[in-house]
Amino acid sequence: MDLFDKLRILSDAAKYDAACTSSGVDRDGKGGQLGNAAACGICHSFSADGRCVSLLKVLMSNACIYNCAYCLNRVSNDVPRATFAPRELADLTIHFYRRNYIEGLFLSSGVVKSPDYTCEKMIETLRILREEYGFRGYIHAKAIPGADDLLLNRLGRLSDRMSVNIELPSQQSLDKLAPDKSKSAILRPMGLLRDGIKENCTDLIRYRHAEPFAPAGQSTQMIVGATPESDYQILQLTAALYQKFSLKRVFFSAYIPVSDNPLLPARTISPPLLREHRLYQADWLLRFYGFSANEILDEKHPILNPLIDPKCNWAINNMALFPVEVNTAPRELLLRVPGIGVNSTMRILRARRETKLDFSGLRRIGVVLKRAQYFITCQGKTAQGVRITPDNALNALISDSQKQRLPSQNYEQLSLFSDQITREDVVKCISGQI
Amino acid sequence: MYQRSDIIYLYDGSFEGFLSCVFESFLCKQRPYDIVSEDSSEPSLMAQQWIETDMQRAQRVRNGIGKKISEEALYLVTNGFCTCHPQRELLLLDFIHLGFERGKKVCELITDPTVHALQKAVLFLKRESHLYLEFVRFSEYDKGLVSVIEPKNRVLPTIAPHFCDRLHNELFIIYDKTHRSVLIHKPPKWAIVDLEDFIEPQADETEQFYRELWGTYFDAIAIRERINPRCQMTHMPKRYWKHMTEMQRRPAAKTAASARTESTVNPVPLPERMLSE
Repeated sequence: MDLFDKLRILSDAAKYDAACTSSGVDRDGKGGQLGNAAACGICHSFSADGRCVSLLKVLMSNACIYNCAYCLNRVSNDVPRATFAPRELADLTIHFYRRNYIEGLFLSSGVVKSPDYTCEKMIETLRILREEYGFRGYIHAKAIPGADDLLLNRLGRLSDRMSVNIELPSQQSLDKLAPDKSKSAILRPMGLLRDGIKENCTDLIRYRHAEPFAPAGQSTQMIVGATPESDYQILQLTAALYQKFSLKRVFFSAYIPVSDNPLLPARTISPPLLREHRLYQADWLLRFYGFSANEILDEKHPILNPLIDPKCNWAINNMALFPVEVNTAPRELLLRVPGIGVNSTMRILRARRETKLDFSGLRRIGVVLKRAQYFITCQGKTAQGVRITPDNALNALISDSQKQRLPSQNYEQLSLFSDQITREDVVKCISGQI
Repeated sequence: MYQRSDIIYLYDGSFEGFLSCVFESFLCKQRPYDIVSEDSSEPSLMAQQWIETDMQRAQRVRNGIGKKISEEALYLVTNGFCTCHPQRELLLLDFIHLGFERGKKVCELITDPTVHALQKAVLFLKRESHLYLEFVRFSEYDKGLVSVIEPKNRVLPTIAPHFCDRLHNELFIIYDKTHRSVLIHKPPKWAIVDLEDFIEPQADETEQFYRELWGTYFDAIAIRERINPRCQMTHMPKRYWKHMTEMQRRPAAKTAASARTESTVNPVPLPERMLSE
């Protein structure tokens, strides 16, 4: 089998891993070595599906002893199998890296023979890269659940980011679809990584030459839409992962039908891309906007609104807090205004030290007034010609592409007569029940 | 003290030359109608005045901006000079005048039209520079690595530290086709010099091999069920495609790649030396 076939088979098998980030670690180049890493992360290309290509994302091998129903590489699936030799993969990485095709390597693997054996092969590849080639670029390695702690530790010393995929959002789903994996087998390496990273942080302060351990932290991924969990459950789990395991990122991957297993959704359904998108928006709210999972969804409303993004949804449900005065509002409240993001908030805070802000100034700052004008005042005034009512606001918050999905006559009738629009009203109006 | 006049300042196109124009403007207390570099000047009815580049004056202006206004303002001015704003010199002059008037607060006047226009231009430069950290593609030849780019802004000074740091021991050049200048890195030194024209050499077998390999990877990594060309173009605008290996594969290379795809049954022997390299 030539290198072309190997690369094609092993990248094709790795493509369902969503994480392709190269962020979180700043490392300068060094004489006699190759490469550096930038904390902001650098994407090098964008594939036909619009996802970034930052790292050479491949499997060490797609031969696997497990039989997880949702996975393309399960042992019972009849697909061509291939395995990289460690040196072959290291050489390929260096050649791609020098041509500025990639930022580094994302190495995952099916479980060949045993978790320990697989892990050793991965370590050998990374060792060649780091020690023989003096490679200082980015390496993301997947922890193989079930591998020995010492091997996991060695892997962590060689890579920048580690990840363990949680795969499915609940124990029941795991039992059903991935009978060889259990929640504890997944959470255990995650805990080990967390402790390793934490310990390493203090070591680095204490000893000048302490070897870094996964300096860019750890991430995880879960599949959305293969099992019946609600958005509420998924967000609760996500928030818990950030808090308890200090993860850097949680990735969501819309389930793409790969098999005819009766336990899985039918092969004909298209992947729930909009749902995945809304989950990412909610994830951003958790990480950068100071929201808690309970503010975004609760038990009574377990599904993210497909028509408007979660931040707008929250604002519509909390119209009583608005409008806020841009010139005096605290940072936390500015962040919650639809149309004002993290950067605009920073710039508003900076600009208002020197000047009184007005609407044209806000536009220059980069605030999206189309949405924000329903939630703010400038020097006590609302924007010219704007009537602040929940339905006007809602109208402005629904993006054009989502508007096309609405039946137009129903949408004209939006609860004009009630003073305070409730969440149920919105949902009913939109779904055409009123 | 800042009077509009109908004079056009002509300078040699260098940053020091521009700073000398700024000095002249402060000296005569006048705001010229325009400031243009000699190679982009066009015949005009306005009176033109040649401003000689004076290193000492330039240094005085540079120090003045750093000390009397702020380091951030100096950063905006040096970077602003590399942007593709159609009237960057005049914009910068207005900004410097405003800066000396208002002091270090000037960078916080985000809503002021001049400051806003300058910050926006610099932001464009920064964004484009970042995109070039991503989209520069090197080809390897006997002597070293070569890349050609066609940016709108002068990105070479901004991207140089990154690539020189990354490819610490490599000999490489990046040719900016728009502004006809080239970044040359010959460890441990690097420089940006003007170069009228540059012809890329023919790719050899090894280079062609890795280009195709990269193309194979690029095609394999896309998920068919999620194809989204609009999203791809938002992140990677089409004007960058021209010099990107994976978007540039000639039809011949493409058929070669697809022929390989079908060759699983009957594998074509590959040059062994490439694999063992």
